[in-house]
Parts: sequence; C-alpha cells; structure tokens
Amino acid sequence: MRHWLETYRAFLRIAVLEQLQYRASGAIWMIGSVLEPVVFLVVWSTVARSQGGAVAGFTAQTFAAYYIVLMMVNHLTFTWVMHDFQFRVQMGQLSFALLRPVHPIHEDVAANVAYKLVMLTVMMPALVVLWYAFEPEFALAAWSTATFVPALLLAFLLRFLAEWTLALATFWMTRVTAMNQIYFSLQMFLAGRVAPIALLPAWLGDLAHGLPFYYMVGFPVELLLGKISADAALDGLMAQLVWVAVMAALIALVWRRAVARFSAVGS
Amino acid sequence: MKIFELMAVFFRVGVLGETAYRANFYIQIFETGLNLATALAAVAVVFSQTDSLGGWQPFELTALIGIYFMVLGGINLVVAPSLQRFMEHIVTGNLDYTLTKPADAQLLVSIAEFRVFRLVDVVLGAGVLGTSLTVHAVEVGWLVVAQFTAAILAGAVIVYCFWLILATMAFWFVRVENILQIFWSMYTAGRWPIGIYPKWLRWMLTLVVPVAFAVTVPAEAVSGRLDGDALVGAAALATALALFSRWFWRKGLAHYSGASA
Repeated sequence: MRHWLETYRAFLRIAVLEQLQYRASGAIWMIGSVLEPVVFLVVWSTVARSQGGAVAGFTAQTFAAYYIVLMMVNHLTFTWVMHDFQFRVQMGQLSFALLRPVHPIHEDVAANVAYKLVMLTVMMPALVVLWYAFEPEFALAAWSTATFVPALLLAFLLRFLAEWTLALATFWMTRVTAMNQIYFSLQMFLAGRVAPIALLPAWLGDLAHGLPFYYMVGFPVELLLGKISADAALDGLMAQLVWVAVMAALIALVWRRAVARFSAVGS
Repeated sequence: MKIFELMAVFFRVGVLGETAYRANFYIQIFETGLNLATALAAVAVVFSQTDSLGGWQPFELTALIGIYFMVLGGINLVVAPSLQRFMEHIVTGNLDYTLTKPADAQLLVSIAEFRVFRLVDVVLGAGVLGTSLTVHAVEVGWLVVAQFTAAILAGAVIVYCFWLILATMAFWFVRVENILQIFWSMYTAGRWPIGIYPKWLRWMLTLVVPVAFAVTVPAEAVSGRLDGDALVGAAALATALALFSRWFWRKGLAHYSGASA
C-alpha cells in the first residue's frame, strides 16, 4: 500500500508540474468541454419553452441543472487515452513506459487526475458564470448527494478502463480514428450528453441501460439531481461495479497479448 | 487568371498525393457519414419533442447541417492544411523557399496543400442540403439561389480571412495552433441556428469566431428568412476582413527574418 501511495505521489507531482507548463493550451482545450453542454442546454431549454414550459418533466431550469452537473461529471471522467495511444504505439514511445516496474496505466491515471485538478481553476469560474447565466434549479436530497460520490468515482474508473481497453486496439490496427468515432458517437447519445436518457426514444433508452455508456456520465448526473429512486440507484451502482470488473478483466486479458505484439524500432 | 492556374496545379498535386492512399478515401466516407448521421440523429431527437426550434422547421435544420458540413469540408480541403503547413514553415524556416517563388506569397501559402478527400464532406453536405429541400418540395427561386450564393461566398471569404489573420500571428508567436483549436471548439456550435443562443454567445459566434456568417446566414438564405441587412453586413464584413487580413499579412511578412541556419 505504502509503495503505491509513493508511486502515485511521484507520478502526480510530475504530471501537475507538466500541466502547469502547458496551462494555456490546456485551458483552450477546455472550451469544447464547456461549450458542448451549453449548446445542448440552450437547445433543450428552447424546446421546453416552446412546449409550454416543460418536456418530459424537464423545465428550462432543470435542464440547466442537468447540463451544468453533466459538464462537471463529463470533465471529471473524460480521458484522452484513445487519442494518445496511437502515437505511443506507432512512434514507439511505449518502450519507455514498458521499462518501468509499474503498469503504464497508473501513470495515465495520475496524469488524468493532475490535468483535472489543474483545470478545475478553469471549470470553477465556468460553473459560476453558467450558474448566473442559466439559473439552474436543484432539489438535492441527502442520500442521493452521498451516493453521488461513489457513483462519480466508479464512473471515472469505468470510463477510464473502458477507453484504455479500446485504446489497446492500436496494437492491431494502424488507423483507429474510425473506431474511436463510433465509440464517441454512441457515447454522445447513450451517456446522456445529447439529451437526458428520458428524452430518447424508448428503445434507445433501454439500450442505454444495457450498455456501459450511461454509467460513465448520465447515471451520476441523474443521481445527484434526484431523478433516480433509491432502488434504481442501487441497481445503477451494481451495474457500475459489474462493468468496472468486466473492463478490468478485459485489460488484464488483452494487455499481455498486446505487449507481446509490440516492437519498437530504436534510433 | 494566374490564381486559378496555380490552384489547379496544387489541386492536381493533392490528387496525386492522396490517391496513393486509397483506403483513406473509404475511411473518409465512413467518418463523414458517421458524423453526419450523429448530427442528424441529434436533430431527430430534438424534433421528437417539438415541431420547431426557435422558429426553424426540421427540414430547415437539416439543410443547415448540410451547409455546416459543406463549409467544414471547404476549410479542411485547403485552408486549414495549407495554413497549418505555413505555420510550421515559419518555425522551420522553410518559408524562405516560398518567398523566392515568383508569385504572391499569401496566395502560395494559402493553397499549398489540398486534402482532396475532404471533398467528401462537401459532397455529402450538399447531398443533405439538396435532399432537405427536395423532400419538402421547397420552391427554390432565383432570388434564393442568388442570396445563398452571395451568403456562402461572403462566409467563405470571412472564414478564410479569419484563418489567415490567426495564422499570420505565427510571425510573432510560435504557438498559434492552440488558438486555432478555439475555432474548432466553437465551430461545432454552428450545428444549430445561432439565433437560439443567449446574446453573449451569439456575439462570440458572430464576431470572435465567424460561425454565424459561415453557416447560419447561408442557411437563412436557403430557408427564405434572410433579411437584406444580414447579407449586406456579411458582404461588408467580408470586404473589411479581406483588406485588413491583407494589410496584416504584409506587416507579418515584413517582420519575418528567416530561421535557416
């Protein structure tokens, strides 16, 4: 345990220092993370107003709450490993990571957490501005706020493990952009980013509950907003745990074969 | 018309370069198709709950998405790759070679690289636009065609000048690529008519990043809701930006001293 704490502390320290070096470009990358939920928030509150104030139980104010929370959950859970891995494998940068006595996934987790921490300095002002601009309406319950924390942690873990697993495809394929795009398109709809799941056609909603995407973003958001009953919340947490276990098993299985395939050309 | 001759030459080079990687063509069709499908599916989800969005009918919004992809394709076809290469050439000093050539340097750096497979975006976008209009049997009169042509030309000039101004900054600052990322992030907001956004965002999408003129104004022309003022405004802005970006380019070029060893 002590060993792990020290490892992570070292990784985190390096990653935070690195992020501080590139803080300007990091902040520019955040524009998209803020703008996307704002766009859908505006679209849906326009719809709510034109339908006499509410669609499927959402008003302009509850849409605001949904998308502001979604912005934060999406920020805290997103990863960029699928973009990075192609270069790592094709440029041979992975060799360095393989020489270290720890699994390379730990460095990625630390880098991700460090980026999120540094970028909270951008996200918090954005949160305040959006709060004043869109006046969200919250009805927080104590139990759902309390379960939100583990749900968010599991969502982070699930999304990270799932995207790390998919990223391993670059060991077998030279062009993964098409595959990545399928993943992102599915995620836009099934994680609740285009619309809250309740607004999707019923069959798509059912699909969302059967696949992992919803548990990466939409589930913790709805949980915090009190849209989910206690029973459904428990089911959701169980589903998160199951999917995390599935992804972890997949990584263990695929990683060994992937590394066996990897060969870098030195210079 | 030396400009068109030069463009034809660079276009041919682009064709030769890209057709060597034919699989990329199919990947491009797949990716653009998937992107279009995602955008259209989002529109379908929205219109499953309402009949009109900020006064826009479903087919008008799909027409707007078609135009969005046409403009996107145009940017990625030549403007973005050429100017990105130009910025790299400032850093490496390769710009020296461009400057020795007997043609206008701004023209040369602006058309240096054609990614011809990006025409897929333009073609598929035009297809969506055409389908939206024919399915709803919209009567497209000559006035609308003229307005649309004028609006999209003005939009193209505005977007090009915007990119040129940002790229010219590379004469002074090395890391301009990051600023270009602002454009890409904000351009996605153009998938929806900018009229629905709150005022502060509308201003940003009109003046900071010219998404309004590139996508919404042409779409308004197609759906016959364009008022003359917007078109005149677009034309005026296009002219002003063309003059300013030319002046700014010359300033930047005068500042360039070469970076070769």
